[in-house]
Amino acid sequence: MLQAPEITPEVIEKDRLYRDMGLTDDEFGLVKSILKRQPNFTETGIFSVMWSEHCSYKTSKPLLKKFPTKADHVLQGPGEGAGIIDIGDGKAVVFKIESHNHPSAVEPYQGAATGVGGIIRDVFSMGARPIALLNSLRFGNLTSNRVKYLFEEIVNGIAGYGNCVGVPTVGGEVQFDNCYEGNPLVNAMCVGLIDQKDIQKGIAAGIGNTVIYAGAATGRDGIHGATFASEDLSEESESKRPSVQVGDPFMEKLLIEACLEVIHCDALVGMQDMGAAGLTSSASEMASKAGTGMEMNLDLVPQRELDMTPYELMLSESQERMLLVVEQGREHEIIDIFKKYGLEAVAVGRVTDDNQFRLIHKGAVAADIPVDSLAEDAPVYHKDSKVPEYYEKFQQLDDYQPIVNNYSEALKSLLQQPTIASKEWVYDQYDSMVQTNTVVRPGSDAAIIRVRGTDKAIAMTTDCNSRYIYLDPEIGGKIAVAEAARNIVCSGGKPMALTDGLNFGNPDKPENFWQMEKSVDGLSEASLALNTPVISGNVSLYNETNGQSIYPTPVVGMVGLLESLDHVTPSFFQTPGDYIYLIGETKPEFAGSELQNILENNYFGKAPSIDLDIEAKRQQQLLLAIQSGLVCSAHDLAEGGLAVALAESLFNNGLGCDVEVSGDTTVQLFSESQSRFLVSIKPDDKQAFESLVEDANLIGEVTESGQLKVNNNEDIVIEESVESLKTLWKGAIPCLLKSKG
Amino acid sequence: MKFAVVVFPGSNCDRDMYHAAKDALGEEAELVWYQSANLSDYDAILIPGGFSYGDYLRSGAIASTSQIVADLKRQAEKGVPILGVCNGFQILLEAGLLPGAMLRNKNLKFICHFEELKVANRDTMFTTAFQQGEAISLPVAHGEGNYYCDDTTLKQLKDNNQIVFTYTNNPNGSINDIAGIMNEQGNVLGMMPHPERAVEELLGGNDGLKIFKSIVNNWREKYVTSA
Repeated sequence: MLQAPEITPEVIEKDRLYRDMGLTDDEFGLVKSILKRQPNFTETGIFSVMWSEHCSYKTSKPLLKKFPTKADHVLQGPGEGAGIIDIGDGKAVVFKIESHNHPSAVEPYQGAATGVGGIIRDVFSMGARPIALLNSLRFGNLTSNRVKYLFEEIVNGIAGYGNCVGVPTVGGEVQFDNCYEGNPLVNAMCVGLIDQKDIQKGIAAGIGNTVIYAGAATGRDGIHGATFASEDLSEESESKRPSVQVGDPFMEKLLIEACLEVIHCDALVGMQDMGAAGLTSSASEMASKAGTGMEMNLDLVPQRELDMTPYELMLSESQERMLLVVEQGREHEIIDIFKKYGLEAVAVGRVTDDNQFRLIHKGAVAADIPVDSLAEDAPVYHKDSKVPEYYEKFQQLDDYQPIVNNYSEALKSLLQQPTIASKEWVYDQYDSMVQTNTVVRPGSDAAIIRVRGTDKAIAMTTDCNSRYIYLDPEIGGKIAVAEAARNIVCSGGKPMALTDGLNFGNPDKPENFWQMEKSVDGLSEASLALNTPVISGNVSLYNETNGQSIYPTPVVGMVGLLESLDHVTPSFFQTPGDYIYLIGETKPEFAGSELQNILENNYFGKAPSIDLDIEAKRQQQLLLAIQSGLVCSAHDLAEGGLAVALAESLFNNGLGCDVEVSGDTTVQLFSESQSRFLVSIKPDDKQAFESLVEDANLIGEVTESGQLKVNNNEDIVIEESVESLKTLWKGAIPCLLKSKG
Repeated sequence: MKFAVVVFPGSNCDRDMYHAAKDALGEEAELVWYQSANLSDYDAILIPGGFSYGDYLRSGAIASTSQIVADLKRQAEKGVPILGVCNGFQILLEAGLLPGAMLRNKNLKFICHFEELKVANRDTMFTTAFQQGEAISLPVAHGEGNYYCDDTTLKQLKDNNQIVFTYTNNPNGSINDIAGIMNEQGNVLGMMPHPERAVEELLGGNDGLKIFKSIVNNWREKYVTSA
């Protein structure tokens, strides 16, 4: 057990105790040169957590610089709690995604719940009311009992927190692949709405102003959580369960209401949540951003356990806590608001002019650190990068061509793959409707939330097909952004901006770092091409279990704007007689496909190609057609290709379709070529639609038969009852969970 | 007509209820904080859903001991219309304003989707805008909506026509498919489904609006005849 008082600075250096906290020998040397002395135990802890990958981005910083972050509609890019975009009418949308992978791997319920809590605080600390939650989850295959347990408890944790706190969970995605078996991914995204005049920043400005601590008391939970998140998972990780925080969504709900009342009080100067690295990061970052210093008396910090040391107080990641800076002399105005909600709020320090981060504990100085050194002087590493052998091998392979004899059976297998199957089992547990603004609920291409008091709406989605990114990180990165934008467009929205949740393995392995570099290149190129800048995000590295890395998984959370509620477009067919169009070209592309997964139980070959100019053109043309009122339904083609997209377009209302394809049936039905859409329109609009959308091919029509029917040149290649397909699709995940593993 | 929407710490459907009464229905409505309200200022009282006190102890249990519930009981005796939805229903049960109790859903999971209901009694101040037996669609969103009561209570509920709504496809295990019940006097209705979430077509349906309209129509009738 680490006990601060007995451990002297000399012992820390001599016994290299800093290594246990995550600092390298070189980094410790740097700390000494900054302080011009040996750091004490508390200071060593503060440096180690602030310089952890999780807080400092020391490995990923050189890559993150490549992201396009600016556009006219971007009000706040990366650097604050969350990014902000302008949606007109004096309103703005605030959003960010964050990972909680390591905690969820060892304590799935609380890990996932506190992931949700943390991202909500990032949004309301900017002054925005949280209006929607999304998530992006990855698991191993649903065959082992351990994976089933992780899946059920992570979903349960997300539901437990989000439902109680009263923010609707409106969308998300779940992918199942072996590489996530020991290291599931839990990325949570929160979207908030704000009047632009109310935007807050996390700054500690105004010398002499008061620092107020509000919310839950500090306990010993989550100490060194940020450091834990910055190392590989292993057999010993189970012992890190105390590094996982425990969430209290009731406390968070009170905190939301209190903070949103506080922002209207002009005594407030700045506000930031205590997330990773708790009191340490919030306090030092607020001072560093304002160019000031801060002094705090730790004896005043509310504590729920006895005899907490400065080290524990500063490194605890207890949840539901906020730090505020308030005009001197007006503290009571703020404190009274918190009191109304039964929350503790106490003055714990003041803003100083000496750029030092100084902590007092029991009358003695417990730490005295130049504040900028924590946030800005963290070392930056340029890691070695090496093209992995597997990638070079894949580039040499001939195109993979699957052999399918029975198209109906192939479709049925695809619909039962858990990555494709209905996620109703998941989202039925989420309150997707609270706040009564949810126009399109989970299960569609993108969720839609209307903006009350206007005719506008916000579309949002999370996407990332990591199989393509594994095959080719640059192309896969482009596809991730393009797919997210496709989903926004299909729902009737204009893609506006994105938040990235970068999940990778250990960056010390050059092959992993190469994956990071190339993915970021791909994401950047696509963000630029589609004018969706990256306005916030999160990096989670060391996603490995016992040396085995996950697929590179840079999750894209995207937000779009619908200028009118009239543009809301369903993802499924509407009326018998409507014409069905396929937009885009279908090529024999099966590497990384769901069909390859079924037939080979593996992914190999060259990722499907993507041309960003064509992508942008098709999206713009389709959006214009939607805005012109010419489109009855639109759905993007993704895993499982055209056949799966047709089936999904029929599952909502008992309709059927009669579709004609030509050429190689397997390719036409199951290829995962990019930049394609399935659209239905009124026959009367044929000419108008075709004149707006260049690459649209009429392939059939919606029928009332309840049959999914596909012909190729006189031959019926699929004729199946939609109802029976739907039963398979809906039942797949519940069935896997019930079966004994 | 003036509606009070009572806000407890942890209520989270309070604004939804407010918007339903104010915007969709077009009546006066106020959000009233549980510590500062005088309920006699209002013509009807809405207890919204959510997680009052985080559902700690039992859902609705802590809220039911607050000062405002004593006031609520006085208003109930006076015949003021009181509608408790979801957690509001749970609070009414815990307060003893309605009989019975809630268990966890039979699948032990939170559920959230539109569910078909039958109007089991249209002769109430909450349901006159419906037809008897009418099938309607309202969202459910709860983890503890499995209504339970003993046989004697169930018989009383049936004999007095206190069962107002039932589920067509019971989603949570409720006894007798019960989705909503009222008190003997007929002015206190508790229901698990959320009528305030179904007041505009844009969000998937407006069957819930008829409940609010019934309250207003019946209040007006009473007000006009007694005036």
